[in-house]
Amino acid sequence: MIEISHLTKKFDSFTAVDDLSFTVKEGEVLGFLGPNGAGKSTTMKVITGFLSPTSGQVTVDGHNIAENPIAVKSLIGYLPEGAPSYPDMTTLDFLNFIAEIRGYSGEEKQRRIDKVIDDVELRSVCHKTIDTLSKGFKRRVGLAQAILHDPKVLILDEPTDGLDPNQKHHVRNLIRNLAKDKIVIISTHILEEVSAVCSRAIIIAGGRILADGTPKELESRSNYHGAVSITLSEDFDLRAALAQDADVREIEQADDSARRYLLLPVPGKQLFAKVSEKSQNGHWPVTEFHLVEGLLEDYFRHVTQDSALVSVEQHKADTSSTTVQQG
Amino acid sequence: MNNMYFIFKRELASYFTTPLAYVFIVIFLVMSGIFTFDMGSFYERGQADLSPFFGFHPWLYLFMIPAIAMGLWADERKTGTIELLMTLPVKLSDMVLGKFSAAWVLCGVALCLTVPIWFTVNYLGDPDNGVIFAAYLGSWLMAGGFLAIGSCMSAMTRNSIIAFILTVAICFVFVACGTEIVLNAFAWAPQFVVDAIAGLSFLTHYDSISKGVLDVRDILFFIVFIASWLFASAIVIEIKKAN
Repeated sequence: MIEISHLTKKFDSFTAVDDLSFTVKEGEVLGFLGPNGAGKSTTMKVITGFLSPTSGQVTVDGHNIAENPIAVKSLIGYLPEGAPSYPDMTTLDFLNFIAEIRGYSGEEKQRRIDKVIDDVELRSVCHKTIDTLSKGFKRRVGLAQAILHDPKVLILDEPTDGLDPNQKHHVRNLIRNLAKDKIVIISTHILEEVSAVCSRAIIIAGGRILADGTPKELESRSNYHGAVSITLSEDFDLRAALAQDADVREIEQADDSARRYLLLPVPGKQLFAKVSEKSQNGHWPVTEFHLVEGLLEDYFRHVTQDSALVSVEQHKADTSSTTVQQG
Repeated sequence: MNNMYFIFKRELASYFTTPLAYVFIVIFLVMSGIFTFDMGSFYERGQADLSPFFGFHPWLYLFMIPAIAMGLWADERKTGTIELLMTLPVKLSDMVLGKFSAAWVLCGVALCLTVPIWFTVNYLGDPDNGVIFAAYLGSWLMAGGFLAIGSCMSAMTRNSIIAFILTVAICFVFVACGTEIVLNAFAWAPQFVVDAIAGLSFLTHYDSISKGVLDVRDILFFIVFIASWLFASAIVIEIKKAN
């Protein structure tokens, strides 16, 4: 279990992480979401013991990182942002170095290296120096390094950044398979990834937690939760047909097609059955009709932009309180 | 301890997988040759010793050693591997010592490859081999002193060129403060001040070792000097890490 309590990290006057508290249990795959500069990487760097916190505590499996860093570091597998590795070493030499540092020798070392090379599909680049590898392979070398010792805690900073769709799919499967009895924390700004691999998502911005829940829960908080997507085969005045309906809050035309519409419900109302009935009775030229569970992207934009707005407004209020009073 | 060895092994291997080690060794040997035979008038002196060879070492090291040391930490910072290294279960002291000893061994290898000069002087005359051995030891210890300064400077920045310049500047101070010119400039000061300044210089200690006087104090000077600068490196890394 990872327990983070009141973690704050300041760089000079800039507060990267601001009084952050959360707990992650075994078996959870936590997705760390947030705009660039939200404090995702900084939080990960503190958990892995690379940065010391300004204040607050981090405990991993009962060990406090400040008091017992070596014990914590041996529990964690970490892929730093950008997957750094020694460019002049070959893949095999590099993994060999990591295995030795992790305390393996002899057959056990060989077995672990072989396994990880197969898991991450590095066989073809074993004897190439790392600086000659493509971005995708470099990232996989970084991933191999992180999972070599089968760690209890796996912390991956943007693990699929720079990978092509096939590689992304492969890495996500790998993470899902690894996750069974582990704690996995991944940071990403690819939202589909969160829905694909994470059992829990935390959205942070400005170093604070804005939302915490399963991806489904967060989706359901989106404006689009319960919306109905409808695609028509010919021109049809949907707005007129639904003008009388009090439960439809808004009709949005989709960006990608002129004949696809999103019907947004008034909060708390169900549209699907009702609109379905209407369309059949009215013989609408419908080719596709489905329920939208909610869009994580929409929710993400909603909370992170609102928080930016709030902080700007607070700042304004702080600096010009006198003018406001006069007004 | 094991981890220190793994770090050492990786570092040393990386010197030899890149051209760095070869360039360093070749230039070191060529420069040693020029200094000894050309500028040091090895033959013309008509003496069977290697003092022209060893006499130039402080000045040769002044530019050669910072070139090895500059990348020790700065490169790790630049490529981001420092984050990888420092999140592995390795103690900071193991990292500092492992890296330092790899660079020091490289200097040792370069020094060992100059033994043909030793053979030459034995072939031509009858030198005091004990003195030559002591001088080799002194030279290697001095190389360690330069390297330890370099390690600390390299830890301060992510730019290896800056690390190089800082190292050269500080090493120059520690070499120059033993020269006649500097000591004469302090002629007005009480004798103990002059002695203290001379006592801090590599030259003072190296000269006496390379004359064959193996005084424990001279050896201790280099060991304490190396240990202090490595300790400072660890502190600098720790401070830099917090930011």
